[in-house]
Order: sequence, then C-alpha cells, then structure tokens
Amino acid sequence: MSSRDRILARVRAAVAGAPAAPTPSRDYLASHTPNDPAAVLDLLHENLADYRAIVHRADPAGVGPLVARLLAAHGSANVLAPTGLPPQWLASATPVRVPDNPQSTAAELDGVASVVTGCALAIAETGTIVLDGGPAQGRRRITLVPDHHICVVRAPEQVVASVPQAMSRLDPTRPLTWISGPSATSDIELDRVEGVHGPRTLEVILLSE
Amino acid sequence: MSGTFVGMPAFPPPDPPAFPRAARDAVRDTTLRENLRHATHTIRDKRAKAVAELADWQQLREAGKRIKDHTLRHLDQYLVQLEESVTTAGGTVHWAADADEANRIVADLIRATGETEVVKVKSMATQEIGLNEALAAEGIRAYETDLAELIVQLGDDRPSHILVPAIHRNRVEIRDIFLDRMGSWGRPAPDGLTDTPADLAEAARLHLREKFLRAKVGVSGANFMVADTGTLVVFESEGNGRMCLTLPETLISVVGIEKVIPTWQDLEVFLQTLPRSSTAERMNPYTSMWTGPADGDGPQDFHLVLLDNGRTDALADEVGRQALRCIRCSACLNVCPVYERAGGHAYGSVYPGPIGAILTPQLRGTTSEIDASLPYASSLCGACYEVCPVAIDIPEVLVHLREKVAGQGGPGHRLEKAAMKAAGWAMDHPRVMAAGERAAARTRALHPKRPPGATAWTDSRDLPAFPEKPFRDWWKKNRS
Repeated sequence: MSSRDRILARVRAAVAGAPAAPTPSRDYLASHTPNDPAAVLDLLHENLADYRAIVHRADPAGVGPLVARLLAAHGSANVLAPTGLPPQWLASATPVRVPDNPQSTAAELDGVASVVTGCALAIAETGTIVLDGGPAQGRRRITLVPDHHICVVRAPEQVVASVPQAMSRLDPTRPLTWISGPSATSDIELDRVEGVHGPRTLEVILLSE
Repeated sequence: MSGTFVGMPAFPPPDPPAFPRAARDAVRDTTLRENLRHATHTIRDKRAKAVAELADWQQLREAGKRIKDHTLRHLDQYLVQLEESVTTAGGTVHWAADADEANRIVADLIRATGETEVVKVKSMATQEIGLNEALAAEGIRAYETDLAELIVQLGDDRPSHILVPAIHRNRVEIRDIFLDRMGSWGRPAPDGLTDTPADLAEAARLHLREKFLRAKVGVSGANFMVADTGTLVVFESEGNGRMCLTLPETLISVVGIEKVIPTWQDLEVFLQTLPRSSTAERMNPYTSMWTGPADGDGPQDFHLVLLDNGRTDALADEVGRQALRCIRCSACLNVCPVYERAGGHAYGSVYPGPIGAILTPQLRGTTSEIDASLPYASSLCGACYEVCPVAIDIPEVLVHLREKVAGQGGPGHRLEKAAMKAAGWAMDHPRVMAAGERAAARTRALHPKRPPGATAWTDSRDLPAFPEKPFRDWWKKNRS
C-alpha cells in the first residue's frame, strides 16, 4: 500500500461517523471602509506610510520627473524596469537603464541599485501592494534583489479597499507577491528594523489619472 | 560541538525532562524570564489593538473555524483535489506517512539535483521532522535563513517560540553568537559589530546574501494550500522567504496535511486574521503565493511533500482534532502565564505554549514522560481560547488529554487525583472548610514555604501566604 493510500485510508477512518461539518460562513464584512475613492486612496496612503513605505502623489505629467528625482536622491547609478513599464515613467531618469534580461543571474541583479515597477493592485485597509508578474511588473526577483523599489499605483482603478475585494480581482494562477512596507524584522527583542533581505527602501507613487 | 555540525540539535533532545522539571530550571533563569516577559507583553498588547481595528473580528474567527472544521471533515476529498491541482499546474506531489519518509523524500530530491546545500524558509513542519539533522546525515547542509532561525542555528540552540524562535535571546547574546559562529558557516560577522538590532540585521543580510545568490535548491513549508487552485502561500517579513521561493531552480515544500483549505476565496479570511494574530500587523511585509512552477519566474521544478506524521491520529480524536485548525499564529503563547514563565524549551517540542501542550501529545502520543506531562502545562485560565483566531478550545482539549493520561496511571497523576478528591470533599462540607481556613490563618507563621511531597509543582513556585483572617470571617464582620 502506498503512503498516499495509507494516509487517505487513515483520514477516512478518522472522520468516519463524525457529524457533518457546518458550512463555512461568510457573514464577515466585504470591506471596512466607506465606498469613497478619495477616502480609500487617503487610507492607502496613511497605511503604507504607517509601515514605513515612502509615499508620493503624482499626476500623469508629474510621474516622470518624480521618478527621476527619487532615483537621483537615492544616488542610484543604474535602474532596472520591466519591459512593459510605460516609457514616460522613466523618460526623465538619468541612471543607466539595465534591461530585464531573463538570462541575467541573481548575482548580476545584485548589482542593480533601483527598480521601478507598476503593480496589479493595492489594498487600502492593509497598506499592501500586490504584484502578479504582469508586463509592468516583471518577474518576482527584480523587485526582491535590488535595494530600492519604486512602485507606481494607478488610482483609482488599481486601488481596492479590502482584502476580500482584492481576492476577487486576482488570478491565482499567476505568481503573486504581496508587499506591505519594506522588508522588516522584529526578531531581536521585538525591535522593528526595516530592511533585511528584501529592498530596504520602498517608495510608492500614487498616480491619479 | 564540532565545527562540522550543520543541523540544529535533535528536537526533542534525547530523553527530554518532563515539563515540570524543565520549567523549574527555566523559571530560575532570570534573563530568560525578563526577555520572555518583555516580548510576550509587547506582542499581546499590539495584537489587541490590531484586532480591535476590525469590527467583524468575531465573524472572521467563526468563518476561519468553520472553514477548517469543514476541511478536516472532508480532508480526504480536499487532499485529492489539491494533488490534482498542483499536478495540473506542473508540480509533483509526494505523500509522507511519517518523519522518516518525509526526510527520505526530501533528501532524494536534493540528491537528484546534485547539490549539497539548500536554503530554507522557516518552517515548523521541517523542524518537527528533524529535516536538518536528517539532511546533515546525508552530507547536505541546510541553511536556515530567517533571522531568528539563523540565531538559533548558529548558537546550536533550539527555537523557543513559534513566531520569534530566538525570543529567549537578547541583543548582547545575539551579537556574541554572530561574532563567534558566523565565520564557520560562511561570511564572518563584520569587525566591531555592535549589539544594535539594525547592525545585527545587517550582519545577517551580508552573511545570507551570498548563500541566496548561489542557492540552487530551496526548502519551505507553507501556511496554506488551496485545494481548488493548487496555490501555496507563505507569510513572512524579512524577504528571506521570497529569496528561497524565487531564486533557486528547485523548490521543495514540506507541508502538514491539515494546511489545506478548499477555495481561493477562503484565503481572504486568514489573510485578515493571521497577521493580526501573530505579528499584530494589518499585514505582514511579504506574502508569496505560487501555483506550480511559473514559466520563467522562480523555480522551474516544484515538489510538494504532504506530511501526516501523527496528524491522522489527532484527527481521529473527537475532542482533540480541533487542534488541527491551528494556523500557527502563536497568539496563545503570548497570553499564557505558564509559557511566559517557563519559556518555550520547557515544552520539549517544536510546538511550545498552549497549542504545543495539546498538539504535541496528539502527534507523538503520551507514552513518554514529557508528552504525558504536557497536558498539565497549563493553569486552564482560558486566555488562549479567547485570542485564538480559529477558536480552538485549548482548555477543553487539555482536560480531555489529562483524562487520557490519568487513565494511564503514573505516580504524579495519582497524587494529583488524591489532592483533588480531598479538596472536593472539603468544599462539600462547609463546616470542615471553615474550620480548616481558621486553623490555617492562626498558624500562618508555622507554614512551610512549600508543602511536602508535591515538589513537581512547587519547586518553581512559592506558595501564596494565607491571609490573616479567613475570608468567611472577614465577610461576616464587614458585610453582615
């Protein structure tokens, strides 16, 4: 008998005769926030900042110059962007542009100072951005290895209030990364330290179109 | 300890002392108690605030409980569905009846890659089966990459908390471990390393980055597995998890069979309750979700090892099976007055605290001294049940397991039964009770600090002093 069959047989024997389980309830709230896009965006801003992301606001004309300014302020010699990033977001940036090459090694990626991406959506109540590997986001590793991540969120269409609202819009077959603030640890006497292995600086641009 | 040791000490250590003896030693360690008290109180206060932000907390708790109960009732069906989904997504599913089989599967998979080192995401399941030691015996080095697990591994130590395994260590101890041991595991700690947490985290970053960048195989557990999509989910904070789940070519995940949930939508409940219950955050910094190997993004070879290792025994226990609802948030540890004083090591189990006291004896049985003592490692105050995000009635299971253990006999339990019987008789006879109280009050000066005989309990505790006046007398005088 294979272990598969043995485990399944043990499970069946263990629950044989157990009463029917209650059906899962869904009477929790779909959202904890009033349906007002401006208020939801403000809440996203507040919660991102509360977990130490640096939050900026921009309009379509201002996003390119803002990205350029942030890269300069960070002193980045080079910047990586996925192929599907809207060109105008990086139009004013001066650092050397590193192509997102599928063949590049993790060690090469380690030499990249900053990465600029879009996102799949952002969740206001938790201060979370979600990446799903779409054209403006690229593979998971490009937002992981470089130390500085600039992420652009298009408001209002990419902003949801709550986790349940996010789940119904995400595609589970894509590799998903949920990011709430920069890398952090509280393992030493519960003192929170930002930045261990992931990017130590996360900047989020809320782009109102 | 030789320089070639690459695992953590065997867990449980050979012949671990029963809980009362281990706890007695632990409560005498004042540094440990100080570290623990600070940590548990900080997290429990923050957790209460994070939970209070959600007006529907009780509904979420009930939903989580029901999702888990429903899954457990139909576990065979959901495991088969999960297997199909993961396989369809391009992964390979393995089944392991016990720790030995799981370790053998993982070692064989690693050997097939030709690699001799792996990077690991913090995982309770792999600790439970002693994977690091098993791999070491096969000549494979397993590097723990969570900061706290790194501290534990470098220090030849054992984890003492589910969420913050090095909670028993303070910053000075951690600096000393880094200075002393990092060099024999890879990049040494920087000269002049201070004991500030930021400096220590930086040292860990440098030490581990060289391992991440060359790693070809990653090993993880998972917080959840979604049956209808085949999605696995890992919650973390530091990015070490993302590194292990993204950079290697091969990913092997070892996951307990109770971690399956039926649908993608069910995740929305736990995405709200787990972070707030464990780290007291609205959301932990990083959550990774993957459904099979994604084309060109992350590991291209994915293996899921489904682990039983005693879980079906727990499932067969009508009262005890609710322990399998556990989502490993550790909220019950942080509110437990016994854990706070005894520390995690006293439980002799990778699952410490109240949940460990009910989970471990079910997974391992109650034949050993330590496992038979675990159901008594509680004051039954009920705080653990109040904070549990999936409403596990831990006190109910503790009492149930005590009955089982008491049925086995043994000297400690006979003593306890005799004491409870005497107390019950006195309480049923009010005049005896009143006379006893008055006698006790008048003879206060003569009372020993500890009663004779019951040393297991009182070696690590002082008896409360008797009041000057029995309560009944005080009541009569002041209220009548």
